[in-house]
Amino acid sequence: MIVLFFTLLLAAIAVGLSFLALRRGKATLSKGFADARGQFMHLLPRLTIGILGSGFIAHLMPKETVLAWFGPNSGITGTALATLAGTLTPGGPVVGYALGAAALKAGADFAQVIAYVTAWSLLTFNRMLTWELPSMPGKLIVLRAIVSLPLPFVAAWVAQVLR
Amino acid sequence: MPTGDISPLKRILGWLKRLDWGLVIVASLSFGAMARVLVTEGFGVAREILADDLWLYVSILPKVMLGCLIGALIRLLLSREMIERFVGEGSGLTGLAIAALIGMLFPAGPFTIFPLAVVLLASGADRGAAIAFISAWLLVGINRAIIWEMPFFGPDFVLFRFLISLPMPVLLGVWARLPLFDRFNPTIPARDDGP
Repeated sequence: MIVLFFTLLLAAIAVGLSFLALRRGKATLSKGFADARGQFMHLLPRLTIGILGSGFIAHLMPKETVLAWFGPNSGITGTALATLAGTLTPGGPVVGYALGAAALKAGADFAQVIAYVTAWSLLTFNRMLTWELPSMPGKLIVLRAIVSLPLPFVAAWVAQVLR
Repeated sequence: MPTGDISPLKRILGWLKRLDWGLVIVASLSFGAMARVLVTEGFGVAREILADDLWLYVSILPKVMLGCLIGALIRLLLSREMIERFVGEGSGLTGLAIAALIGMLFPAGPFTIFPLAVVLLASGADRGAAIAFISAWLLVGINRAIIWEMPFFGPDFVLFRFLISLPMPVLLGVWARLPLFDRFNPTIPARDDGP
């Protein structure tokens, strides 16, 4: 029900924005459609390979190890391991989600997967090197990394309490 | 084997540079795992695993399409100057909230977001606002959540993670503004090149 509502909401937003674009001229709207199609075509193979693959990766992940390291009783050590794994997972939007989803299927605790996704989103080392370092001042990168470090732990804790 | 090329080595190196390594890693993991399951456990198990994931994938695909369309249209309709004005002018907690809100709503890739954060710094935003902006894009970017995260985790997980992460960009901004971090204050030469 929520999913359907959400899809309809997105459709309504898309229609509204299309009208706004059309008011600026037909060229704007058709450029919007062309851009969207380009991005979707870029996404499609990545999503397909990642999502269908994550089921197989989950199937092969050693269940005992996942449970021992990231399971419901793994506590703060598990969160620390998940955070470390998140910073070491390469950037690019598919890898972290594919592995996180696979770990969740293989029995990792919800809160630890939240910590993993949070750490990977904020702190992946690979993205800092390839994207941030060339485009931002070093001090800002270091500061962002320092202040973000506690966040995966906070997120895991909040997830644990609210769940 | 390409023959007759002037410098095939250079061509291969250029190609390696442009290669999407994230995709290469995921593809090798995915196809490797698939091959292993096929070899060790047979076709039946493999088909079950595929069927399990396929329905989520198919049910999320329309949202991914709409997400792409919304992202493309917002990028066309919202100019960079508008964002600069909004974020550069705000100060205090309002400034952080505006920076976070724009980071959350603005659909863009890393090639836009990080340079834009630097532009924001140059046009008057402080380090807290820049960090709130980047963190919001990374943690609660709506476009990213819909087109990338939801196909993998489904709406429930994403919504939960999204809601608990919602206050975090502003908190990170406040935390980064503490005098404790003064020595990390980025120095950006003020821009004098008018538009």
